[in-house]
Formats: sequence, structure tokens, C-alpha cells
Amino acid sequence: MGRLLVFLHTEEEGKLGRTAFEALTAAREVCEALNWDDLIVAVIGAGADKATAELSGFPAKQVVVLDAPEFSKPRYSTDSLAAYEIVTRFKPDVVVGPNTSRFQRALPGGIYRAGGKTDTHICAVFARDRQLFAKKWIYRQRIEVTFTRTSKPWGLLVEPGAFKPAKMSTGSVSFEKIVIPIPEGLDRTVVLEVKGAISGVQTVRPDADLLFVAGAGWTKKQSDGQIHLKEAEELIKEFLELTGASLGSTKSLVDLSAEGAATLSFLTPLNQVGQTGSTPRHPRGLATCCHGEEPHTVGWRFINERRAINLDPNCGWARGKADVLYVADAFAVIRKVNELLRQLKK
Amino acid sequence: MSVGYHIVVCAGIVPDPLQALEPMQGSAGFALKNEMMLPAVLDTWASTALYNAFHLAKQHSGTRVWLVSAAPRAKLQQVLMSVGQKGSFELIPIDCQASGFVDSYELGELLADTIKGIHGLNRNRLLIFGGWESGSRSSGTTLQVIAEKLEIRDVFMGVDELQVLGDGAIEVLERVEGGKHLRSRCSAPPIVVGWATGNLPEPPNNPQIGMQNMRWIMPALQKAKIASLTTTELKVLEASLPTQLRNTRVVRDMTPDQIAQELVEWILKK
Repeated sequence: MGRLLVFLHTEEEGKLGRTAFEALTAAREVCEALNWDDLIVAVIGAGADKATAELSGFPAKQVVVLDAPEFSKPRYSTDSLAAYEIVTRFKPDVVVGPNTSRFQRALPGGIYRAGGKTDTHICAVFARDRQLFAKKWIYRQRIEVTFTRTSKPWGLLVEPGAFKPAKMSTGSVSFEKIVIPIPEGLDRTVVLEVKGAISGVQTVRPDADLLFVAGAGWTKKQSDGQIHLKEAEELIKEFLELTGASLGSTKSLVDLSAEGAATLSFLTPLNQVGQTGSTPRHPRGLATCCHGEEPHTVGWRFINERRAINLDPNCGWARGKADVLYVADAFAVIRKVNELLRQLKK
Repeated sequence: MSVGYHIVVCAGIVPDPLQALEPMQGSAGFALKNEMMLPAVLDTWASTALYNAFHLAKQHSGTRVWLVSAAPRAKLQQVLMSVGQKGSFELIPIDCQASGFVDSYELGELLADTIKGIHGLNRNRLLIFGGWESGSRSSGTTLQVIAEKLEIRDVFMGVDELQVLGDGAIEVLERVEGGKHLRSRCSAPPIVVGWATGNLPEPPNNPQIGMQNMRWIMPALQKAKIASLTTTELKVLEASLPTQLRNTRVVRDMTPDQIAQELVEWILKK
């Protein structure tokens, strides 16, 4: 019988985020697959003690909290120390946590210091002959591997969106506060702030139901032989406001902005999806004016329902990749979509 | 007077992203089919690390840049023909596998040991750069292993910007969720920086720098340390390409208004 430690952190507002509940689901799946029941949950960050109330109903044997001010901010020195100390204290066989920027930065190092190894971007877990296996993508989402490790502990950081968030009941949870002394020299880094989008327009929304992918076609000459960049910008901006969608863009569009060419003013490399960008996991995706074959299309590989608008019916971005491909002018379609959504909003 | 930094850039090579990749199982485990035949490039985010190292070296006189690269020697030589024209560096090659099936921990330990062996490295001026995730392993753990082995506790990942302030402190912008950045300040080196895309364009090729670099690159490649990455801790059971092909409904005969109506219904569907 092994022991599993779930490592969670609070978000800025002192609550557990969706990714924390997804990690709880993954932890439960590991325990069920291996028939383990020795489950410990550790929560770090500001407001961690209050956040434990959100764990009500989760079958943890023990819940521990680390909410000292030094551990409130995401910082490698202190977060990796927390991981090292908690892993050393509880000696788990497996550690599960969310693959957030905070944990991907610190947990692999902290767990390594404690003698273990951590794998990131885990999208599935299962057991075979009482041995745990995990799945992840390598070569930037182009090859899926199933693998196992003999390391103890084995850390698994689960990819946001890959597991369903665990449903909890409401109520109080008893927890133990732990104190970790901070050795000298770990305060060399000071976290100053979380800065919003560079462009001032918040367009990357990981929790959005819809991903809107804008391709380079928006910046090309249209049927009248002219470029309509301003109109493209206004249409996309309004669509994002009306739907709350997250904005993705293709590499070619982001590259245009890096090269100083005229492009959508609110695009940054953070919007880029695909090989050298992100591969978000939204329930739905609408690609507009996107072109290209594999490997560019990996940008929306993990989108469940996919639709595309393109003037080219044989476009490699959509053919065989999307559920529906509308052969149409994206300007005309999105203009009308916005109009309909505006009317509905009224 | 600036004393400059000691920047060690860890950068591997990956198959050109436009190549078709196919996994296959051999006697030594999984690898890519025809891996040695595939054209290679310097790993994308590691390239950002290298270009930012060149940029810092221009700003701070006395800065030295080392490129530590673990890759098959012949492939590395091919990649360095173009990379070597972009800025000056000292090459420390390690002749070994560079595959997505390699264990990032074993690689991290190898790189850390190699860095420890660099003669004249000043820890108080040390910046270790790399890509925050490789384009092959997509792991994002190698730099943390290096940091742990070198006992560096200031690590930044997904970095898009690094600035040296007047007092010598270093300010970095790290990518966090929601398209935002975390702004942190570290009082002084040593630090480990995992670069994302950054803000700098790719430096143009400069054949003159290339000629100078080649005088050192070729002998360094000849003397490359040979290593073998053969972990027993990590076992890959299966590797496969996604085969799912969607049955796309191609709609050619609907007006923009009709498409918009259908899309709105789809968007609003819960």
C-alpha cells in the first residue's frame, strides 16, 4: 500500500483554482487504480487555511496547510523548499499537483532535492499490474507517450483541462498547520506584481468556453484588393467582448507583429497557439482565416468541438481537423455574428 | 566599470518543426524514425536564451557566453554553421543523444556536471540560461535539476524579459496563467533563467563572427565529451502519433447570415 500526496496552492484571491480540483481528480484516479487509501493533501499559499473548506468530502486522511507570509507568493526558493520539506516529512510514493506556472517552476526542483523526479503536462494516469503509468505529449504535442518511473516519490503535474474538476461538498475540514523555518538567503528574490496583458487588452482567458483563433488572413488583402486591418481589429475585439472567448493566434500572425509589420495591435506572443506557442484546452474552438498543415495545427489539437471559417475549402488547418468548415468570408460572418450577439444581449 | 556576466546557455537541438515525426521502437528503446536524417535546428526557446545572452553581452562589457549543448556531434556541427554566425560564444559540446525520449533528469545532471567543470566560472556573476521547455521532451524540468545540483535557489521559468537594474539587481518577467506576467526582482546572480519567446528578434547572420567562432567551434567539437543517456528509471511503454481524423462537414452553400445564425446557436449552446 502506497501513500499519495496532493500538493495544491491557492490563487491570488486565496481560493483554490480549477486546476487544483482537476489535480484532486487525478489523485483520486491514481488511488483507485492502485487501490491506495493513504491520501494526504498539502495546501500552500495565502489563505490556505480557509481554502481547506473547499476540500470537504475529499477522502484525505490528513490535510496540512502552509500559509506563512513567506510562502504566499510564487517564488522558486520558498516554493521548492516547501515541496522538499513536505515531501521529506510525509514520504509519499506519488505526488500529484496541478501543472500551473507556480508548480511547474518549483515542484520539480523541490521534489528532486527530496530524492524524487517529477513529470509535467500529465494528461492521463492508469495502472497495469499494480504499476502506475502516465501519459503525456512530447515533441510539442505531436507524439503521445505512455510511460512509468521507478523514482520515489514520483511527481505528476497534471495538465490544466486534462481532468474533470473534482466536485466537493461544503463543510469544514480539519487541518494541521505546519511551520517551515526559512534558511538564510532565500529572500534574494522579491515578487513585485502580476502584470496584465502587455497590450492592455486581456485576451488570454484559460477558463473561457471558447477559443477564437485568428489567422494571418485577417491582415491580407480582401476581395476589394484592400487590407482592412482596423476593421479586423474591431470585429475581433467586439467578438471577444460579446462571447468572453479567449484569443489565440497563429505563429505567422504573431511573427508579423515581431517583424514590425501591420497586424492586430492587441496580439502578443502569449496569444500564439501551436508548435512554439500554447496548446490550450477549451471545450470549443472557432478558427478564422487560419492556414497551414501539421505541425501548425497542434494549436487546437486539444479543443473538443472545432469549427473553422476559411475561403479555401481544402485548407489543411480545417480539413480533417475541424468538425465544420464554413467556406466563407470571415469578415462578413463575424460582422453578422457580432450583430446577432449584440441584439441578444439587449 | 562593468565586470560583465558569466552566462552559460544550455541548448539542445530538435528536428526542424516542419518535418514529419514518427516514433519507432529499437533495441535501445524508443526513438524517431530516421532521426539522424532529419534536419535539425537549435531548440526554439533555447535559441531565445542564446540571443538574450548575446544581447546582455553587448550591454555589459567583459561578459563571457558559453554554449553547453548535448547532442549528436554531427548534427550539432550542422546546426552551429548558422547559429555560430549570430554572436560570439565558447562552445562546450557533449556528444550524446538528443531525443524526446531522453530523461530530462539524467540530461540535467549531465549538464550540471559539465557546467561545474567550466574553468574560471565566477558563481557571483553566473547566469544560467536555457529554454523553459525543450521542443522534444516538453518537460520543463532540466533547468531545475541544474539549479539544484549547483545549489542555486533563484530560478525563473517562462521568462520573456530580463533587465539588469542600476544597482545590479535583475528584474524578470515570467509568464503566468491568463496571458499575464509575474514581475520579480533578484538582488544578484547566480540565477537560472528558463526563457520563453522573449521580445528580441533573431539576430541576423554575421559571416565575420561565424568565421571567428568556427576557429573555436571545430576544435571544440573534435574534443567533445562523449556521454550516454541510458536511464533505467524512466520506461516508455508506448509512443504514438495522434491518428484521429475528423469527418469535416464542409459548408459551401450557406450565406454569411445563415452561417452567423448557426454559429451563434453553437456559441450559446451550453
